[in-house]
Amino acid sequence: MRTAFGRLALALSTATVALLGGARPAHAGALLPERGGSPNADRIASVYTVVLVLAGVVFAGVTVAVVLALVRYRARRNPVAAQIRGHTRLEIAWTVAATALIVFIAVFSLARLHAIDHPDDAAASPRTAALLNLHDPRQPLHIAVVGQQYLWRYTYPNGAFSYQELVAPVGVTVVLDITSVDVAHSWWIPKLGGKFDAIPGYTSHTWFRLERPGVYRGQCAELCGRNHADMTAKVRGVSPAAYAAWVARQKRLIDAARTAAAHDQSQTEVPYGRP
Amino acid sequence: MAVLDPAARTRTRTPVPELVTDRVEPRRRHWVAWITTTDHKRIGILYLVTAFAFMVLGGTEALLMRSQLAEPSNTLLTPQAYNQVLTMHGTTMVFLAVMPMWAGFANYFVPLQVGARDMAFPRLNALSYWLYAAGGLVFYASVFFTPPEAGWTAYTPLSSGHYLPGNGTDAWIFLIHLTGTSSILGALNVTATIANMRAPGMGWSRLPLFCWSLLAQAIMIILTLPVVAAAVTLLLTDRHFGTCFYDPSCGGSAMLWQHLFWFFGHPEVYIMILPAFGLISEVLPVFARKPIFGYKAIAASSVGIAFLSMLVWAHHMFSTPLPQVALVFFMVSSMAIAIPTGVKVLNWVATLFHGSIHLRTPLWFAAGFLLLFTLGGITGVMLAIFPIDRQVHDTYFVVAHFHFVLVAGSVSSVMAALYYWFPKMTGRMLSERLGKVSCALQFAGFLMTFLIQHSLGLSGMPRRIYTYRADTGWGTDNLISTIGAFVLGVGVLLTLVNVLRSLRRGAPAGSDPWKGNTLEWFTPSPPPPHNFDVIPQVRSVEPMQDLRRQVREATSGAAR
Repeated sequence: MRTAFGRLALALSTATVALLGGARPAHAGALLPERGGSPNADRIASVYTVVLVLAGVVFAGVTVAVVLALVRYRARRNPVAAQIRGHTRLEIAWTVAATALIVFIAVFSLARLHAIDHPDDAAASPRTAALLNLHDPRQPLHIAVVGQQYLWRYTYPNGAFSYQELVAPVGVTVVLDITSVDVAHSWWIPKLGGKFDAIPGYTSHTWFRLERPGVYRGQCAELCGRNHADMTAKVRGVSPAAYAAWVARQKRLIDAARTAAAHDQSQTEVPYGRP
Repeated sequence: MAVLDPAARTRTRTPVPELVTDRVEPRRRHWVAWITTTDHKRIGILYLVTAFAFMVLGGTEALLMRSQLAEPSNTLLTPQAYNQVLTMHGTTMVFLAVMPMWAGFANYFVPLQVGARDMAFPRLNALSYWLYAAGGLVFYASVFFTPPEAGWTAYTPLSSGHYLPGNGTDAWIFLIHLTGTSSILGALNVTATIANMRAPGMGWSRLPLFCWSLLAQAIMIILTLPVVAAAVTLLLTDRHFGTCFYDPSCGGSAMLWQHLFWFFGHPEVYIMILPAFGLISEVLPVFARKPIFGYKAIAASSVGIAFLSMLVWAHHMFSTPLPQVALVFFMVSSMAIAIPTGVKVLNWVATLFHGSIHLRTPLWFAAGFLLLFTLGGITGVMLAIFPIDRQVHDTYFVVAHFHFVLVAGSVSSVMAALYYWFPKMTGRMLSERLGKVSCALQFAGFLMTFLIQHSLGLSGMPRRIYTYRADTGWGTDNLISTIGAFVLGVGVLLTLVNVLRSLRRGAPAGSDPWKGNTLEWFTPSPPPPHNFDVIPQVRSVEPMQDLRRQVREATSGAAR
């Protein structure tokens, strides 16, 4: 009986692992968190994978044990129940085993924490650093993210800003400083790592480092009112040169619009004595 | 033989007498008697009937949401209506269905299990019920005005008067006040009853495990519900009297609400699940005909969980700006809860091994609980790891996780409790056939609804969104989930039909249909108003086993 149980448990855990191994990145969302945009998302997915395998083994074990007990010890096959009230050594053993598993998972995750939480200090190329006005190629690019009911606003280092779509250079560590001006929101682009809440009066920080150009989508993840579902966000990764050009153009356009507005205002302010 | 009515014994001709304590006059079935009752059993039934009614309401709200999400860009509900329904659903299920359901079973069965004639404070007990009913009434009255729409967590600043000026949030606040007071009074009553009114010989190590779990639950209620009551009072004064506790624009903190709410909110999860643990610890030994494995470990782990539950609240806030040391502390403390919980699961499985298992409906639900709750517990450990949590927090992964714990955990156990104790409460058995079909449908429907939601969350679907676009690719999974929800609904409905049919036509149950272990089975079904003529001496954790043995010995002596 014990060997049959062992074999069944082994078969099930093998099947779980095979299932996980067989999952192609294309179906990442079905079993694993999204990844493939930024190193922090990839590192989270790898921690998740290890924990999922351990979880699968534990769950398979409990399932097999319950089903086996219900089949093997049903009244028809086992009319007289053994009157066992406990087994101190066995109970101590599984408490220690459960504790050991938890400690292992905690230590394993905490060991990977630094790489997930802290911005990569991988240096940008000197040319990129020059393009982006970074004094030190290891310095990250700071972009401010501000949530407001149903829209994200991004402010770039040169003072330019944009709404909804954030434009970011590829191959450079970008640090986001996230806050809100009204209710709580939550910034989340699944492929670029975990979510961080935008709470008025506080600033959260996260980072990403785009590996390749492309558009990465996400949406607000904290109930923020009736149109919470429509508060989408987009990160467009472009080459550093294209980023520098875009951000300069954006600044120019905004300044021009401001000047025009100021001019309009002075025009519409009716001068004294005019009819 | 103190345990036997001597008159009954001399009158009986058959060699196996039933354990009978009294000849009971039929009670008046008058509605005034129900309103003025202070009998713990009637109050228990009032709780259970009201809570089931609210569960059907909350379930209907769930089906409305699932219907809205069945296909992309659906327009069945407006964004405002969706937020209202989601707030009503969460609040109803937590405060008006699951918590009072356990209050109902606790009311009915704690005095019976400890061998008392009523709760310690019968009139306070009636007050608890009527406060709960008033809370439900006040909350649902908002349907006719402006229902609340900030979610059951009512995060500030969204819930402040500036963003949601209608009176719905105020109705929600008063619901917390009323049901919270009700729960605190109920918890004091349960604690006083268990501490002072146990049968002679029932030391702490012979207290039924259901009572142990309720004691642990009562401690959590007494320590944490005052916190949320205070928190919603601050919200009320912020909304109407110009204070600034939560408003950052005048010196308050939006995070303060989250800390106060979750200091209550996480123990609340265990307030809903601990009685389920207790119930499972009662059902498994009875249907395996075997003593519970590791009584002390199970009782101790209930108390351990109650203690730890108050040290883990910030794991609901891993995506907010918190210092690293707090993140690590709350991660480790949350993971630590898995140890007492895991010990319980292993003890339950070990109880089944080498038993003589009678697969009756209560055990079906208990087995379903064991499998699905374990899965919910495991995803709980994953969520405790905060880098992982930041990917899946506030997504359908979390929705799936807490429904595994609260539906497959608490509601499955409520079902097991219903099938287990209905014969005691009514004197009639529920139909086994209908019960097993209902269990199978609930199991299949539940898995279909919630298993796939893990995937939805992992692929980026946040919770609490009223719709999503087709190009997200979430359509198929959502449709499967919606179909599953309706199957689950049919499963619950079948149990309702079963209850209504069996009230009239169920097979007579007798006083002890399951060969129970605890003292409630010593009384006739339903028990008389004073429960016991003679309160038996308790000699072990399974007093009914001892009593049956005594009866066997006495009758075999008489036959000779």
